[in-house]
Amino acid sequence: MSAPAVIGSALLAVEGLRKLYRVGKTAPWRPAQAFLHAVDCVSFTIAPGEAVGLVGESGCGKSTLARLVARLIDPTEGTIRFGGRDIGAVSARHFGRNATRAQIQMVFQDATESLNPHFTAFRAIADPLLRLRGLSGTALRARVAEVAGLVGLPGELLGRFPHQLSGGQKARVGIARAIAVEPHLLILDEPTSALDVSVQVLILQLLDQLRHRLNLAYLFVSHDLNVVRLLCDRIIVMYLGHIVESGPADMVFSDAAHPYTRALVSAVPSRADAARDRRIDLPGEPRSPIDPDPNICPFYGRCFRGADRCKAAMPELREVTSGRLAACHFPILEAALQRSLPRTATVAT
Amino acid sequence: MSGESHSVPLLEVEDLSVEFRTRSGTVHALDHVGFELQRGETLALVGESGSGKSVTAYAILGILDRVARVTGGRIVFGGLDLLEAGEKAIGEIRGRELAIIFQSPRTALNPIRPIGKQIADILLRHGNVTAAQAPGRAVEMLAKVRIPDPQRRAKAYPFELSGGMCQRVMIAMALACEPALLIADEPTTGLDVTTQAVIMDLIAELAASQHMATLLITHDLGLASAYCDRIAVMHAGHVVEVAPTPLLFGFPHHPYTARLIAAMPGGAAGLDTLASIPGGLPDLRRPDLPACRYSGRCERAEPECATAPLARRALNDGRLVACRHPL
Amino acid sequence: MNATLRHAGYVLRENPVTGFAFALLFLLALGAALGSSLAPYNPLASDTAVALAAPSAAHWFGTDQLGRDIFSRILVATRLDLGIAATAVTLAFGIGTLLGLMAGYLDGWIDRAASRVVDTIMAFPLFVLAMGIVAALGNNVANIVYATAIINLPIYARLARAEANVRRDAGFVEAARLCGNGEARIVLTQLLPNILPLMLVQVSLTLGYSILNAAGLSFIGLGVRPPTAEWGIMVAEGASFIVSGEWWVALFPGLVLMAAVFAFNLMGDGLRDIVDPRRRT
Repeated sequence: MSAPAVIGSALLAVEGLRKLYRVGKTAPWRPAQAFLHAVDCVSFTIAPGEAVGLVGESGCGKSTLARLVARLIDPTEGTIRFGGRDIGAVSARHFGRNATRAQIQMVFQDATESLNPHFTAFRAIADPLLRLRGLSGTALRARVAEVAGLVGLPGELLGRFPHQLSGGQKARVGIARAIAVEPHLLILDEPTSALDVSVQVLILQLLDQLRHRLNLAYLFVSHDLNVVRLLCDRIIVMYLGHIVESGPADMVFSDAAHPYTRALVSAVPSRADAARDRRIDLPGEPRSPIDPDPNICPFYGRCFRGADRCKAAMPELREVTSGRLAACHFPILEAALQRSLPRTATVAT
Repeated sequence: MSGESHSVPLLEVEDLSVEFRTRSGTVHALDHVGFELQRGETLALVGESGSGKSVTAYAILGILDRVARVTGGRIVFGGLDLLEAGEKAIGEIRGRELAIIFQSPRTALNPIRPIGKQIADILLRHGNVTAAQAPGRAVEMLAKVRIPDPQRRAKAYPFELSGGMCQRVMIAMALACEPALLIADEPTTGLDVTTQAVIMDLIAELAASQHMATLLITHDLGLASAYCDRIAVMHAGHVVEVAPTPLLFGFPHHPYTARLIAAMPGGAAGLDTLASIPGGLPDLRRPDLPACRYSGRCERAEPECATAPLARRALNDGRLVACRHPL
Repeated sequence: MNATLRHAGYVLRENPVTGFAFALLFLLALGAALGSSLAPYNPLASDTAVALAAPSAAHWFGTDQLGRDIFSRILVATRLDLGIAATAVTLAFGIGTLLGLMAGYLDGWIDRAASRVVDTIMAFPLFVLAMGIVAALGNNVANIVYATAIINLPIYARLARAEANVRRDAGFVEAARLCGNGEARIVLTQLLPNILPLMLVQVSLTLGYSILNAAGLSFIGLGVRPPTAEWGIMVAEGASFIVSGEWWVALFPGLVLMAAVFAFNLMGDGLRDIVDPRRRT
């Protein structure tokens, strides 16, 4: 397997990425449009072999960001560099024929949805090999068998159709298809949220094994903070199209710098009785993503730490302590934590 | 006021067995399922897919599929056997004393009727409210579930509201007649975790103020642990363990419960400490199902577990275990 | 392929009505293929001596007003009627599906243009439209086929468009793009097989309707011209004799017509069961 070319130490480098959708009906006599800011000025990097978790709630833009990086949709602004090459410049339509297509692959949330009901498991896994690697005949069959073995899918299941497979088996087919062409970056969009918890364990352990074995980098999109914490090295938290925090998984969990992250972590159900008292409830609903004011922090209005400065200038994503970034005028740092908030439960390591 | 063992339970499910006759065979969905619920208590029915938890809830409400057959047992609610009672008696209770909220609230609401009217419909059907009073009471209910600007929102249609708001409307409809029991079938699946927290808090608060019992159906053991007094764990149509929440997590007695707890990502220190459960659910269409349906996957199984009748033991701290070799 | 045949056998065994429909269709197909060789009499030969003879051992279905054997005429007409229907439906299915798929998948002006064409066709009462086309272009078999194809096209276009629209953003379509499939290939290999079961049911319904359409056009004199044997014309000619008691002249062609339409309609469900892999357990 060829090593990916990197610039600096980044495999993937996203800079100033924005995705805007036009809303409202268009007409020649109505030029002024409203735009929905699905992803608004996002920048981050992923190093080779690194697992980065992308969390946030519905409407935060994480699914859109995942699809932008996977080159299924085109950005409105910004650059996406992969292995040193600007892949954002190639349109999604033509990316299928690009040499980099095989290096970025995706595992989808609902394996039932993402597998063609008319294709057998074999055909589903063989598809990328046929199209992107030009394999056929014995070589194709050998590679499909090899990949099925890697994901723990018994050979006799290859001839089955999706409706004849269990949830866990379908998930494995989806993963096999994604790794068949030896990608360097795997984007996983909620790969286990449709699975039972006992099956989820197996798939998560499989994903972890594969990452170390094949030196894959992951962009793991999920709403389940517990899962992300277990699988990922770093976590990026999104809110209303912006990155609000980024840092090592354990630290973002136990000691979040951004108020939104704190609220998010506190909402995860926990056995401890004290947890319910420590919950930070967010009033109201997120603001509208249509034509947001660029000078107001997206979280202002629901934030328990808001001040006038927050509605005068958009906070930049900057380093607040080593290795941790937050987009907040008043990030919660260790010392302030003890004074203003009850102690959050630390995750046992 | 929960779990006083000498008081008459509000809901008592006893030896409930349900079958489904399908083209590919008879599915023995529930086998001698039993548990009880006191007034004002919250009980979680936890299980993975195929465990029978939703079937149990639908059996209590009498809304099982047409091909389902109750082959045994009793469901006693407030002294009335729901399986014996006629349609009219059940129709009176359902909605007034016994309420339900479903998953996917937006699809459970009527899409072409404003939410205020939908709440008013329930009030008119079950409450002692006149047609003139109903709209006002509906707005009161919306305020009770903390929907901002309830007067204006009463005229909104479900598609104009977010998932969390729709669930609040469902709660408002369910609680409109101050029922004695609320059955919540996966009420927060599909909702964001912050919305989930708010919705569950709302249900807990209203339940406490109305002294209402709650039966929470969920696959999420973590959610059950955060909100419920007692938990009943189900596997393949059996109730395998019932225990107060702290005891269940501190000292699980059934091997499946222990494994389920070990599979939760929430409490785990790392991926390698997570345990999965070997094997899979037995095919419930088999005529020769083992007496203990978990025995095929259990590391403590003995030959007698498959043949001898399932031993359901009531322990003295209010717990129930269905196992010959409990932990 | 073996799996498909085995599954086909299973479907036919499980559902006897479907089996019956297929058997009937097989008979019709046989009649179409070998009609002229199997016919006991020359369908065009008139013999006024035995005109309007009741069904008997010599003439199983009796004779018509010109003494022609009705059974032979029906047999020979099978090829014509089935041929018209099959050709028309193939055209309607092929062009309609392609148009609908493109419109549903590609959206934009292609969708608008195609939808307007389809809407225009559907604005007319379809049989009247067929009448108009045949009247304008002339009474011959080719024009009947074109007319029938045109009036059946909208159904396929609409179905295909709706399906393509819904599935355009399905998970497996996105996955296919990730695998390097181009748009055209996605439409052909991913979307089409998913649409096919639905279309096949429609095909069988349309086949039945096409036969009725051709018969109807002939009935009012706009279709095939005498002395050609065609079920519709035979019913038309026989209609005037019912009152005077010669019921067999109209009845037998009518029954065969009915049987053919019936068989095609039943075939639809059976075909869908065979083609759709989700029906396999």
